[in-house]
Amino acid sequence: MTLLLETLKPYLLPLIRVLVVFLGISLIVAYLVYAERKILAHLQVRLGPMRVGPHGLLQPIADGLKLLLKEDIMPAGADKGVFLLAPVISVIAAFTAFSLIPFAPNFYITDVNVGLLFLIGISSLGILGIILGGWASNSHYPLLGALRSTAQLVSYEVALGFALVSALLLAGTLSMVAIVEAQQRQGVWFVFLQPVAFFILFVAAIAETNRNPFDLPEAESELVAGFHTEYSGFRFSLYFLAEYAAMILVSSIAVTLFLGGWLRPFARVRALDFLDFTPVAVLVLAAAWCFRECFRYPATREWRWQRLLLLGLGVGALGISAGLLLPARFLPGGGEGLPAFPALTAIQGVFWFMSKVFLFLFGFIWFRGTFPRYRFDQLMSLGWHFMIPVAIANVIFCSLAIVLSRQMGWGLPATLWLGTAATLLVAALLRREKA
Amino acid sequence: MMFAQGSFYVLAAVAVVSALLVITRRNPVHSAIYLIVTLLSVALLYLQLQAEFIAAVQIILYIGGIMVLFLFVIMLVKLDVALRQPPFNQQWWVAGAAALVLAVELVGVIYLGRGTAALPQAPPGSLQPNTELIGRTLYQNYMLPFEIASLLLLVAMVGAVLMARRKAS
Repeated sequence: MTLLLETLKPYLLPLIRVLVVFLGISLIVAYLVYAERKILAHLQVRLGPMRVGPHGLLQPIADGLKLLLKEDIMPAGADKGVFLLAPVISVIAAFTAFSLIPFAPNFYITDVNVGLLFLIGISSLGILGIILGGWASNSHYPLLGALRSTAQLVSYEVALGFALVSALLLAGTLSMVAIVEAQQRQGVWFVFLQPVAFFILFVAAIAETNRNPFDLPEAESELVAGFHTEYSGFRFSLYFLAEYAAMILVSSIAVTLFLGGWLRPFARVRALDFLDFTPVAVLVLAAAWCFRECFRYPATREWRWQRLLLLGLGVGALGISAGLLLPARFLPGGGEGLPAFPALTAIQGVFWFMSKVFLFLFGFIWFRGTFPRYRFDQLMSLGWHFMIPVAIANVIFCSLAIVLSRQMGWGLPATLWLGTAATLLVAALLRREKA
Repeated sequence: MMFAQGSFYVLAAVAVVSALLVITRRNPVHSAIYLIVTLLSVALLYLQLQAEFIAAVQIILYIGGIMVLFLFVIMLVKLDVALRQPPFNQQWWVAGAAALVLAVELVGVIYLGRGTAALPQAPPGSLQPNTELIGRTLYQNYMLPFEIASLLLLVAMVGAVLMARRKAS
């Protein structure tokens, strides 16, 4: 027994991490769908899901059950093997990529010295799922959706690649952990040095994940539902899972490269150290909201379960925040060599990383609620005639700036802003030429 | 060591078998899928040789780029016609004979030279900065050949666009 434990020991911790990441991402996806419905509803002055649980909080579970129990339909002329395989490819690609994301300095599955390249490679496998699914359905609209998706992804991958190169020029490494450490060392998030690259990455990320305003592959007014028109039930939910996981993935990449990954805002300013208590504040606020809603609900029998659930959530949030504030000296052994609040310090990285990711995800949803959809030729023209030239100009000017600052001893930020100004000039000229 | 060898043989077998399936399937989309499997297992072989950079680039370029475009084009082909056509033409036995000769030659050369050209052992252990090494080699030691190659590719690309345009107009 001990021998077995000894041999398994090196695999145990990574395995637990894999499990945590897998379950965590699945949970976030479920509640991301809920958040999307809620936010879209509030943007349109509606309420959104309200019935299942308090404020519809249990809606994702109901949705999941519905999808699992639905009939699994396969079109008569479909290519069976490929039809079954395609959504699995998408899901596997989306989830495998998370193994390279550094959620915190003490929580990542693996760090490879070509991490970013691998991420791009694995996430580009996901598109195979879309193409094959669209083709195997043997139906018009899925095929058109798949074709659009391919053209769109191939076009925007170029701009995305150049935007990544701009950030890599500053980091000087491809390892995801080392990229964040480079930002820590230089004391600045790369978004402030490379705003243009960040913007291009953001737009390209929206296009890569087929989100509005670039959601032409599944434009419901033209293509029913695009590449997954013929999918139903469980297989459809796989595509759904893959799409939302891909959203989280591109947000994580952007956060790691440009927004300082797990770093707290102003990580070097000691005067702002009270920001370390933000997780506790967030939890207490959530608990306060739960209690308030609990008292606002009608005190009748039908609402009893809802009120109990809210009460439980509030107490749970308070309990967790109390756990986070557990001082080190109450631990067995007096907490020698531990920081003042060990639990709080331990979740610091993950908290800030996920907060930034959620900021991104909110942006995704916000755009869906506000922007009209592009036409396909507009999309292509934007990609090829604007994004790619600007991205290339940005790489050229910023590498020039880096070389200049090294040779002449100029300050790096100022020189980079000069390069950014030159890029913006090019962008303005491009816009003018088109008009 | 056992694990490394075992995984090498598994990957190699997958690569060879799926390569065979690429040329024997009638449905071009199935061929493309098997080609993807082949390329993936070759990428994993690179990974086993601790060439992470090449493995990543293999996946990005061949699978994420070229195979996606392949599938894009295949989807536009009328499949009913392709399914009825025989996958091999009259010259298959010539090609087979040539491949056999080449295989015999390769095996012979490797067998004869096994004493003189001993393969170096891969250094055991950790990650090496192989991106940096490749970058240095390409952009410092072999700058001129690299630039010539990229110029050649550029010319080929411009030529391809030109030919496509002429046909359309």
